[in-house]
Amino acid sequence: MSDDFPLPEIDDVNAPFWDGLKGGKLQYQKCNSCGYHWLPARQECPDCLEANYEWIEASGKGIMTSWVVYHTAFIPAFKDRLPYNVAIIKLDEGPQLASNIVGEDDQSNFKIDHPVELVIENEHGVKVPRFKLA
Amino acid sequence: MRGKVVIAGVGHTEFGKLEGRTPVSMNVEACRKALKEAGVAKDEVDAVLVKYPTSKFQSKFGQTVAEALGIMPRIGGVWDQAGASGISMISFAAMAIEHGQCEVALVCMSDNPRTGTRSAYAKPRGGADGSGTHGWVSTTAGYAMIAQRHMGEHGTTEEQLAAVAINNRSNGAKNPNAQLKIPITLEDYMQSRFIVEPLRRDDCCLISDGGAAVVVMSAERAKKAGVDKPIPILGFGQGQTSWEVAQRPDLTRTMAHKSGATAFKMAGIAPKDIDVAQFYDCFTITPIMSLEDYGFCEHGQGGAFVGDGGIGWDGGLPFNTAGGLLSETGMPGMQLVIEGVRQMRGDANLQVAGAQKGIVSNQGGEMHTHSTLILGQ
Repeated sequence: MSDDFPLPEIDDVNAPFWDGLKGGKLQYQKCNSCGYHWLPARQECPDCLEANYEWIEASGKGIMTSWVVYHTAFIPAFKDRLPYNVAIIKLDEGPQLASNIVGEDDQSNFKIDHPVELVIENEHGVKVPRFKLA
Repeated sequence: MRGKVVIAGVGHTEFGKLEGRTPVSMNVEACRKALKEAGVAKDEVDAVLVKYPTSKFQSKFGQTVAEALGIMPRIGGVWDQAGASGISMISFAAMAIEHGQCEVALVCMSDNPRTGTRSAYAKPRGGADGSGTHGWVSTTAGYAMIAQRHMGEHGTTEEQLAAVAINNRSNGAKNPNAQLKIPITLEDYMQSRFIVEPLRRDDCCLISDGGAAVVVMSAERAKKAGVDKPIPILGFGQGQTSWEVAQRPDLTRTMAHKSGATAFKMAGIAPKDIDVAQFYDCFTITPIMSLEDYGFCEHGQGGAFVGDGGIGWDGGLPFNTAGGLLSETGMPGMQLVIEGVRQMRGDANLQVAGAQKGIVSNQGGEMHTHSTLILGQ
């Protein structure tokens, strides 16, 4: 089954993101021209369009702006995990990403804009960013 | 150019499970029927605009369809705005006709996700960014994420989502062309299983094979050609958010506010002037939010609007009168245009008596794209 698991496609542009997680850090891109912060990895700033950025370590704190609970496995790799959640996380520094809320199975404790904190977990040999309720 | 271009004819295949039919074949059938209804010979057609089949990308699909139609148009090709493509192509055709770039346009779409592949709908949302590793896949989940935020921010309830499904399924149950002719009650809805919570099976559109087409030409040409009941295009508009759901700054705003404002301004009318509405209802949350952004109710009040009788035959706005994507066919949008045209001609299956102005709302992706058409006499 692990052969079919949708692992991230790592390339030259996003490698610092995944390398950072290996070292225990969640990083985002910061534009050195206009100061904008973003994820996922891009070669140009989506605000000022300059290609002059650096990777910055995030505090790991943020909020969950929304979430869903899957009762259907659209790809077979997730069949054994049903029901599982996916949440949209907005980091305190601004960048947003889709992730999972861990350590809480009771959905009645989920609320929009609830504070969350980074938990780095191992997924099929890859370090991935997940979040717990703060 | 308000009213200078018309929809002269419409055509479609059967809807549902059409074993062995290809998107090319169903496009040809729909175009043949639309031309016949308009009374237009195919030699008169000099634009063929096609939505590419979402389920399976094919390069130069517009030319493939034109070849199957035996037409060498001046303007042809595919438009890729997912479910907003239909109205956007009609708008483009209208502008091209107005400026002398073409005279008679066929606008069509077809797909066979029911009996063919639908793998495109299960791909990871963010592509290569790793979101698939978190299980962030499927179109349904994108809309569920939006619905959850709307419910949390504005207090939209399951009963209000159900009100959309109940209305549209009730209309579709009376439509002989509908794929799903089974009306539902609130009790049925609440027993429907979750697909991606908070969305249930009854919140989700059908998966359908089928094709549909319309013929667009100038009002002047339609008059000369003696077209029976050409329907004037009074207004159109488009709007897009480019951000993926996970990146979107505000999950509870659709781009209907942009496309609608453009279309209403062009038509010179307001939501209060609309007699009948056909809204893209891929998921029940979609028309609720679109109604808000078009200005049929206040922002955040779409749930209350549909829940308190704002849509329907009992004093509300007659809404998705052929059943929409939830009941007639899951086809991405052209069926709504066809029903909008029929309502204006006065020959719809469930006709709104005396309807003079109609709106059709298309949108696509996970609310990425939006397009609006206002039709009327």
